[in-house]
Amino acid sequence: MIPATDNLVEVDNVNFAYDRRPILKGVNLDIRRGQVVAIMGLSGCGKTTLLRLIGGALHPTKGEVRVDGQSVAKLNHEERFALRRKMGMLFQFGALFTDMSCYDNVAFQMREHTDLPEQLIDDLVLMKLQAVGLRGAQHLMPAELSGGMARRVALARTTALDPMLIMYDEPFAGLDPVSMGVIGQLIRRLNDALGATSIIVTHDVAEALEIVDYVYFMSDGLIVTQGTPDELRASDKPFVHQFVYGETDGPMPFHYPADDYARDLHAGEAR
Amino acid sequence: MMTRKTLDLWAGVFVALGLGALLFLAMKVGNLASFSAAPTYRVMANFDNIGGLKKRAPVKSAGVVVGRVEDIGFDPETYEAAVTFAIDKRYQFPKDTSAKILTAGLLGEQYVGLSPGGDVAMLKDGDKLKLTQSAVVLENLISQFLFSKAADGGNNKDGK
Amino acid sequence: MTALTDFLESLGARAIGAVHQLGFASHFLLLTLRNSGMCLRRFSLVVREIYSVGVLSLVIIVVSGMFVGMVLGLQGYDTLERYGSSSALGVLVALSLVRELGPVVAGLLFASRAGSAITAEIGLMKATEQLAAMEMMAVDPIARVIAPRFWAGVISMPLLAAMFSAMGVFGGYLVGVRLIGVDEGSFWSQMQAAVDLREDILNGVIKSVVFGVAVSWIAVFQGYDAPPTAEGVSRATTRTVVTSSLSILALDFILTAFMFRGA
Repeated sequence: MIPATDNLVEVDNVNFAYDRRPILKGVNLDIRRGQVVAIMGLSGCGKTTLLRLIGGALHPTKGEVRVDGQSVAKLNHEERFALRRKMGMLFQFGALFTDMSCYDNVAFQMREHTDLPEQLIDDLVLMKLQAVGLRGAQHLMPAELSGGMARRVALARTTALDPMLIMYDEPFAGLDPVSMGVIGQLIRRLNDALGATSIIVTHDVAEALEIVDYVYFMSDGLIVTQGTPDELRASDKPFVHQFVYGETDGPMPFHYPADDYARDLHAGEAR
Repeated sequence: MMTRKTLDLWAGVFVALGLGALLFLAMKVGNLASFSAAPTYRVMANFDNIGGLKKRAPVKSAGVVVGRVEDIGFDPETYEAAVTFAIDKRYQFPKDTSAKILTAGLLGEQYVGLSPGGDVAMLKDGDKLKLTQSAVVLENLISQFLFSKAADGGNNKDGK
Repeated sequence: MTALTDFLESLGARAIGAVHQLGFASHFLLLTLRNSGMCLRRFSLVVREIYSVGVLSLVIIVVSGMFVGMVLGLQGYDTLERYGSSSALGVLVALSLVRELGPVVAGLLFASRAGSAITAEIGLMKATEQLAAMEMMAVDPIARVIAPRFWAGVISMPLLAAMFSAMGVFGGYLVGVRLIGVDEGSFWSQMQAAVDLREDILNGVIKSVVFGVAVSWIAVFQGYDAPPTAEGVSRATTRTVVTSSLSILALDFILTAFMFRGA
């Protein structure tokens, strides 16, 4: 047993490939207890894969992921499930169970994992829903909610068992600016209130920089830059600059690698 | 959204209807009411020819079903058909009871008919019937008839 | 020439793919059975699915059973009358329903009504990451989502088939006795004399149980295996209906050969 360090999550030289397509090529990062950390990068750079590795849904082809001192890939089925009870994950579009009401969604884990009396569960669920401001929507079905509301209910469900580690997969995707701000504030508030640690995977730079303590930049399966939000805003690296200020072209190419454009067009004529 | 209670109720109604349908099939369509689980005893009999007798064919006495054909085998020593009957325990028959293979109607299903004898001792489980009469095979009957016509004389009648 | 080799190559690849899928499906069934403990202890999970699988199939089963029985009554009477044995109408209707039409037609209807719904639901849960979310909440989706649906299908199918047969016999009775005027007494008594509890009714129930297992297995597997896209789910749903219909007919042949050949 490795003694618990100040780092809750340690990702140590992790490589991962789907079939033979490499996604991660030696990622190193540490996430300290109590912090909200963002992992940023363009779509398809392996951020979501990294979250799945931390949750133990995937195993690294090389390297090690440690959560709370335990190597995730080495856990057996029961140990992994025991670890997951202490984790929460917010999926990209909330992933609420569509056949249950909001109330039952939030109560789901309490009913599955605890023997709490229904009376107590009721109080807890209402507290969680109150925290995201949706106690009044408890009887609605997920299909009746707007995108922002669904995300908030999912947030309440994710934090239902007061997890020590909360992971967010693109929490801002597809939301209007107001909802985005609300979700961002909630992530920060819940993290501090629960004494948890949060990992946010996102490409919404502006929103994320407002609320996080530390940022890792990923590109092409590698961590390219890291730092606090202020450091990044001040950074003069062209890559970071392009990303933070959302410029179309820069070191990160606009075009997917392709054959020479002129030759491709000519090839079309020849056919 | 339906509440848990109504949902349970409907599922209960559904299962009850299904079991009811099964019961209907068993009682009204099938013949559960006759007998199937009543205790039985086994009686054996050898026949020269069983014709088209099948397993589970009824065994009747005086037209009442008293048992079923349980097994049909071949006796390699006597070259006869070895038939086992399962007879309802409620019905006891004398030791010298005889068994016949009969046909319901001219072309109907074949069954076994028991004619009780006069012995005081009753049949026990595993006993064997001595007196048997084989199935009437239509082809034999016809050829016999033609043969007797041709010979135009009284011939022996107990054709096999 | 290349067209031929291409064709052979794709044929071989498909065959290997099919064997691969069969292996995965068998492994999946094993996993489902091994993870059934929880849903059988918390039976309300299964009851809920019995509602959506069984109760919602009730109307189509009852109505079609009735019509099939009525058609059997009409057609059977027409044929039997030529041989002057219209009193055997009850036997004809009951035997064809109990032995064959009940389990098979109910199974086909069940596959297209309930099987497709199961596949679509599980496929959508997968596509919207609900299954992944459940897994991350340390709840095994096979135990919580797959197993209850599987068992609900296995339980519902024999009951639906029995209802189908019972409604069919009733339909045959309505047409034969009430409409055409076959003697009521001989309709029932001949039926009861000819339909054997073990040989006919029990075998029919066994068939419907086997079909229930097959359809439920195919439905949950196709849903679980569906690519997480709209197109993937719709294809999986179609495949459920096609595969389970074919399986029902093939299994019916095999079972019939075993059950009604001997003796």
